[in-house]
Amino acid sequence: MNKIVRTSGFSRRALLKGGALTVGFALSGLPRGAFAQGAAGTRMLDPKEVDAFLAVNGDGTVTLFCGKVDLGQGLRIAMPQIAAEELGIDIAKINYIEGDTALTPNQGRTSGSNGIQRGGVQIRQAAATARKALVELAAQRLQANADDLVAVDGQVRRKSGGPGIDFASLVVGRQFDVKLDPKAPLKDPAAYTLVGKSLPRPDVPAKCTGTATYIQDFSVPGMLHARVIRPPAIGAELQSVDESSVKDFSGVKVVRIKNFLAVVGEDEWTTMRAARALKAQWSEWSGLPEQATLAQSMHADPSLTAQTLISKGTAAKSENAKALTARYFWPMQSHASLGPSCAVADVRADSATVWTASQGTHGNQTTYARFLKLPKDKVRLIYVEGSGCYGMNGHEDAAAEAAILSQAVGRPVRVQWTRAEEHGWDPKGPPQLIEVSGAVADGRIVDWRTDMWIPQTTRGLLNIPLLGPEAAGLDNIVGLNTGLISQNGDPPYAADRIEVVAHWLKTAPLRPAPLRSPGKPANCFAVESFTDELATAAGLDPVAFRLNGLKDPRAVEVLKRTAALMKWQARPSPGSNTAAAVAKGRGIAYIHYKHSETYVGMGMEVAVERATGRIKVERVACAHDCGQMINPDGVRAQIEGSILQTLSRVLMEEVKFDRSRVTSLDWASYPIMRFSDVPKIDIDLIERQTEPPLGAGEAACAAVGAALANAVFDAAGVRLRTLPFTPERVKAELGGKAS
Amino acid sequence: MPSYRLRINGSERSVESPDADKPLLYVLRDAGLTGAKFGCGLGQCGACTVLIDGTAMQSCQMTVADAQGKAIVTIEGLGTPAKPHPIQAAFIQEQVPQCGYCTSGMIMSAAALLSKNAKPSEDDVRTALDLNLCRCGSHVRVVRAVMAASGQRG
Ligand code: FES
Ligand code: FES
Repeated sequence: MNKIVRTSGFSRRALLKGGALTVGFALSGLPRGAFAQGAAGTRMLDPKEVDAFLAVNGDGTVTLFCGKVDLGQGLRIAMPQIAAEELGIDIAKINYIEGDTALTPNQGRTSGSNGIQRGGVQIRQAAATARKALVELAAQRLQANADDLVAVDGQVRRKSGGPGIDFASLVVGRQFDVKLDPKAPLKDPAAYTLVGKSLPRPDVPAKCTGTATYIQDFSVPGMLHARVIRPPAIGAELQSVDESSVKDFSGVKVVRIKNFLAVVGEDEWTTMRAARALKAQWSEWSGLPEQATLAQSMHADPSLTAQTLISKGTAAKSENAKALTARYFWPMQSHASLGPSCAVADVRADSATVWTASQGTHGNQTTYARFLKLPKDKVRLIYVEGSGCYGMNGHEDAAAEAAILSQAVGRPVRVQWTRAEEHGWDPKGPPQLIEVSGAVADGRIVDWRTDMWIPQTTRGLLNIPLLGPEAAGLDNIVGLNTGLISQNGDPPYAADRIEVVAHWLKTAPLRPAPLRSPGKPANCFAVESFTDELATAAGLDPVAFRLNGLKDPRAVEVLKRTAALMKWQARPSPGSNTAAAVAKGRGIAYIHYKHSETYVGMGMEVAVERATGRIKVERVACAHDCGQMINPDGVRAQIEGSILQTLSRVLMEEVKFDRSRVTSLDWASYPIMRFSDVPKIDIDLIERQTEPPLGAGEAACAAVGAALANAVFDAAGVRLRTLPFTPERVKAELGGKAS
Repeated sequence: MPSYRLRINGSERSVESPDADKPLLYVLRDAGLTGAKFGCGLGQCGACTVLIDGTAMQSCQMTVADAQGKAIVTIEGLGTPAKPHPIQAAFIQEQVPQCGYCTSGMIMSAAALLSKNAKPSEDDVRTALDLNLCRCGSHVRVVRAVMAASGQRG
C-alpha cells in the first residue's frame, strides 16, 4: 500500500509495505529538495566515487542517487533491485532519487536502451564497492578476517552467525570516500534474491489513482502560466505584434524577444484565450522540400557526402547467382507523446532551477547555462516525470522556453504546449532512404550492399537547436545526437561480401531527434525484408535461410524459439493462396541489436483484406534475449510497448507537411494505434541470468517493420517497401499485382 | 468573476470562471484534481475522461456551464492508493501503466463500461476503450486488467 511520507531533507523515501516497494512524496508529490532554489553543490557528484551513488543514513536506510531517469520503463524498481541485491539490504530500505543535477551523478542521457546496461551496471559496481568497504570496516571493528564476514539485511556479520553491525553504525556521519572499484567482487547470480524477480513498480499505485504528479501537474508558488506563439511557417520572422489585441485579458503580458513570442499570465485559461487572440504579423517562408518527392530529392541531393561504413570480403563469382535490388523508405515520424510537453522554471539573478521531463537533465545543464548566461553550477535541472517520451520530444524545448520566460518576467513560469505544438514542433524521427542490392547462390548470400541516405545532423554530436533560444537569438549550443541511426545496416548473416555506405545529407527537412531505437527500425526493415526477398529468390523457407547464415548460438536460439512460438511451418514465401479475398500469412525477422546487444526474433501473423487493402495483425510472437533480466515483468512490458508502438509507426504514421509547416497537427491527421488494432502478443523471455544485461527498451522495435512486411508478402504476394502500410497504399500495391 | 456550482466526487463545490465556456477539464485541474489529464483538448485522446452521470465523457469537451447539475466523478473519486477501487486494484495488480499519462482516462472509461456491463467480452472492452489512446503500448495489460476487474481472466 502506498503511503505518503513527509520527508525531511532531500530524500524521496521508498519503503516496502506488504511486499510492494512504494515511493512516498512530500508537499505536492515531489521530494522537498525539488523546491530548493539553486544548485545544492554539497553532494559528491563524481561518478567515479561511491559517495556519488550511495549514502547510508542514520535510520538504517540507504539513499540511491541515480542519474538515469524513469519514463515509465521501470528503472525506479530495477535500480533499487540492483543496489539492494549487491549491498545486502532489504529493498524497502532503499530511498531513491533520480535525475537531479544537484543530487545525482551524471550517468549520461537515458537513451539507447542503456539505462540498465550502462547505468545499472555502474550502480551495481558502486554497491559492490560499498559492500566491500563496509565489510572491511566491520572486519576492523570485529577484529575478524573480512573473508569470514558477510553483508546481509543491512548488517555485516560473521558467516558463522552471531550479532552483526548495522551499516549505519559503520559509516554514518561520514562518507565512503572510495572510488568505484571495477574489481570489487560481485555477488554470484545464483545467490540473487532480488535481481530477476518481477517486483511491482513503486510508481504504479499513484499512476492508477490520479495522485502521481507529472510535470504537467507540477506547480511552484508564485508561478505564472505561459503559452508560446508559434509562427505559421517554420522559418518565418516576427514582423510586428499588436499588444492591444490582448489588453482585455486580465493579468496577461506579452513577451517578445526577437522571433520568440509568448503570452504570460496569472490564470492558465485566460492565458490560453489570450494566446489565441494575440495578433502578430509574420514573414512568408516556404523552405521545406516537396513531401511527395522527398525520397527522390534525398537520393539526388547535391550536398551528399558518401562514407563507407563497412566493407568486408569479396563477392564470390557464381554462375547461378540471383541478383536483386530494392529500395525502402521510412518517413519522418513524431514521438506523438500523449501529453503535450510542459516545464516549469524559476530563474533568478544568480541561479536557475528548471523542472523538466527531459531524458537528459545533466546534459542540458551546459546548454541552459549558456543561453541563460549563468555559470553551469548555478543551473539546476530536476527531473519530474512527464507523459511518455521516447527519445527527445518537446520537453527540452518547453523547459528552455520556461527558463527564457522566467528570466524575462522575474517569476517562476510554467510553459504548457498544445496538441498542435507537440505534433508540429517536436523533433522528428528523420526520414531514411535505404537501397539494398545483393545476390544469392546455392542457398547463401554471396553479395550484399546497403546504401543509406540519412541526414548528417544524425551523425555524431551535432546541434539539435532548441526552439526558444533559436527564436530569441540566444546562444544555442550543442544539443545531442540522434543516436547512431546507421547501425544494423548490414545483414547479421554470413555473406561473401558486405558493404554499407552512408550518403549524408547536409540538412534534414525537420529537426531530427533520436526517436526510440534510432534508425534501427528502418535499417532492420530494409535488411530483413531484403533477406526475405533473397530467400524467395532462392526458393527457401525464410527461417531455414536465416539459420543457414547464423553461427552465434544465442542468435540461433532466439530465431528457433520465435519459430516455435509461431508453430512455424517451413516453406518458401509467398504462400499458396495469395489471391484470397482475405489472404493470410506469416513473417519473421531477426536482429542482434547494434550487433552487440539484445537478440530479438519477431514473428507476425496477418490477414490482408484485398477489397480494402486493410492489414489486420492477428498475432505477434517475440523471443527476446537481453542477457540478465533485473525485473522480467518490466522487460515484458517494454517489449509489449516496443511492439505496439512500432506497429503503429509502421501501419499508420507519417508526418505530413507542406512547403512551410507541418500539417498533421492532431490525432486525426496523425493517427496512432487503437485498441481495435491491437494483436495478440506472445513473448518468450530467454533467461540468461549469468550474462551481462543488454537492455530491453528498444531492441524489439527494430524487428517489427520487416516481420510485418514479410508476413504481408507471404499472405498476399506484395512487397511493401514504403511506410506507412496504409490501406490505400496496400490496395494500390495489390491492384498492381492482382490485375 | 461568475461562479458555478458543481457536484464533484459527491461534494458540492463552487468554482469561478471568467467565461461559461471554460472546459470542465481546466476547472477540475485548477481545483487540484489533476488526475484527469490534458492530452489534446480536441476530444481525440481520452486522457481527460471523467464520469458524467455515470457515463464516460471527455472533460475537455464539456463546458463548466454544462457541467452544472450533473454528478461528476474523477479518478480521485474512485479510490486511493490505500483503498483502490476494484478497477484501480486490477490495474495495479497487472502493472498496467508505463508512463501512465493515459491511465486515468482508461480507468474511467473502464469504470463506465463495467457499471453497465458487469461481464464484458474482450471485444466489448476494446470497443469501450477505442477512444482512449496510449502511446506507450500498455493496451494488452489494460484489457487484461479490465477483464480481471470483472472477475474474468483475460
Ligand atoms: S484531452 Fe480531452 S480528449 Fe484529449
Ligand atoms: S502508458 Fe504512456 S500513454 Fe499510455
